[in-house]
Amino acid sequence: MKILVCLKRVVDYNVRIRVKPDGSGVVTDGVKMSINPFDEIALEEALRIRERGDAEEVIALSIGPEDCQQQLRTGLAMGADRAILVTAEAAVEPLAAARVMLKLIEREGTDLVILGKQAIDDDCNQTGQMLAALWNRPQATFASKLELADGRATVTREVDAGLEVIDVELPAVITTDLRLNEPRYVKLPDIMKAKKKPLETLAIADLQVDVTPGVQVETYEPPPTRAKGIMVDSVEALVSAMRDKGLLG
Amino acid sequence: MSKVLILAEHDQAGLNPSTAKCVSCAAELGADAIDVVVFAADASGAAGAAAGLEHVSRVITVERAENSSPLAAIIAPQLATLGADYDYVLGPSTTFGKDVLPRAAALAGVGQISDIMAVENPQRFQRPIYAGNAIITVTAPDNAKIFATVRVASYRAAGESGSAAPIESASVDAELPTHTRYVELQSGSGDRPDLQTARRVVSGGRGVGSEDNFKVIFNLADRLGAGVGASRAAVDAGYVPNDMQVGQTGKIIAPDLYMAFGISGAIQHLTGIKDAGTIVAVNKDADAPIFEVADIGLVGDLFEIIPALERALGD
Repeated sequence: MKILVCLKRVVDYNVRIRVKPDGSGVVTDGVKMSINPFDEIALEEALRIRERGDAEEVIALSIGPEDCQQQLRTGLAMGADRAILVTAEAAVEPLAAARVMLKLIEREGTDLVILGKQAIDDDCNQTGQMLAALWNRPQATFASKLELADGRATVTREVDAGLEVIDVELPAVITTDLRLNEPRYVKLPDIMKAKKKPLETLAIADLQVDVTPGVQVETYEPPPTRAKGIMVDSVEALVSAMRDKGLLG
Repeated sequence: MSKVLILAEHDQAGLNPSTAKCVSCAAELGADAIDVVVFAADASGAAGAAAGLEHVSRVITVERAENSSPLAAIIAPQLATLGADYDYVLGPSTTFGKDVLPRAAALAGVGQISDIMAVENPQRFQRPIYAGNAIITVTAPDNAKIFATVRVASYRAAGESGSAAPIESASVDAELPTHTRYVELQSGSGDRPDLQTARRVVSGGRGVGSEDNFKVIFNLADRLGAGVGASRAAVDAGYVPNDMQVGQTGKIIAPDLYMAFGISGAIQHLTGIKDAGTIVAVNKDADAPIFEVADIGLVGDLFEIIPALERALGD
């Protein structure tokens, strides 16, 4: 079995996001970039499946600028066997990303695709679902547990009402939630070894997929801030303040 | 003449309140018709509730055995087919809506706008990115078909209209896959109000200290008729299950009243409660970041304050 894992390059989750004063975007110059944390969980899960002997190869894919090589090298250091970078200078919307992924799935003959439930930059939460639709295969989104047996996957999903269990036939698309696993740390010798692993680069234009954006982003703004509240010094004052706001009626 | 189709969320018996929030968003689109579609084995309960909502022109029911579970692989092809006659197809940004809508959009060959928080005009929308740390305004081209999810925390539920919209049953000609099987739902919260739609929410954090101690949070919540939430720290410590988590990695909620006990207020938690009407915070640490966003703050031990609060509420 071959597993494809998609790794998006995003602003590191520890960075405090600042909107540029002219509203043209968020500040990314000199900011630490990382693998989208949900995608890192996806890669960890794929590696565990391979290490259990249920898969032969884990391929890491990234779509974006040349710099995505850094995240792919990290993925290779974590244990991916090889990497593919599809270079794109302009932002790639989820539907276009799904089209690119499908091209590579068809080329590679992939049985399982694992990716994050969302990227922590655009927070779209779409790509896995769209890929499953275009591929005409099952999707199991928001996975917190994944078991493979007899060509099927039993997936526990984190839904609003609790934990939902579904059973899907492979090939399938799985999107990860935080609780699926804890990704491993990369060790220095693995970083050295990763430099020798294959990393193929393709231009998005050569894949002949429609990447026309569906929407135009006009402006970026910081979120509104809440007005300063009051501090009270007793339960009686708390209850009285809540009654004044009509919250206990 | 523009038409909106809203995907109803329901539990086969009743309508989830997120549907009425989508209706409020749809009402801002200046559409001539707002239809709600209920995919179910038996749609009567949810359809009746949807028909009573203001702004709703018509409720369409698609009843078949396969629609007895909320599987995206089953519902999306039907939604994409039915949506062909509409300018907008909307669903809630709940785990259900997020699962179904992008799949339906891709089947229809179009992209999707996630988490609409405001409609500037029928083609122009605001949505949060970076966990709400930035807001973008996006424009769709004129006459583009729009698939979108509605950020439920940004909208009030549509009220009752007083007269019921017509309910029409439809059959949708869509091929349904057999590759996906529903197994079960392991539900967490029982009879308490649903966290995502409760008007009041009482939440506990690491300061609560243990699974056993969380009883004081549940008791106060029951006293107030509130839903119960928790910080990620409390979930990670194993005090409560993850479906109670409030924050960027859990649920984003907007109750009228949010009471945080023993929650320090990590950015990721605050992201989940920014739209709450009033935030009340109780914490031992006077420097806890939760007090920066609280409307009413009280420094102290939650195990002394909650019983005193219950006594004060008792009279």
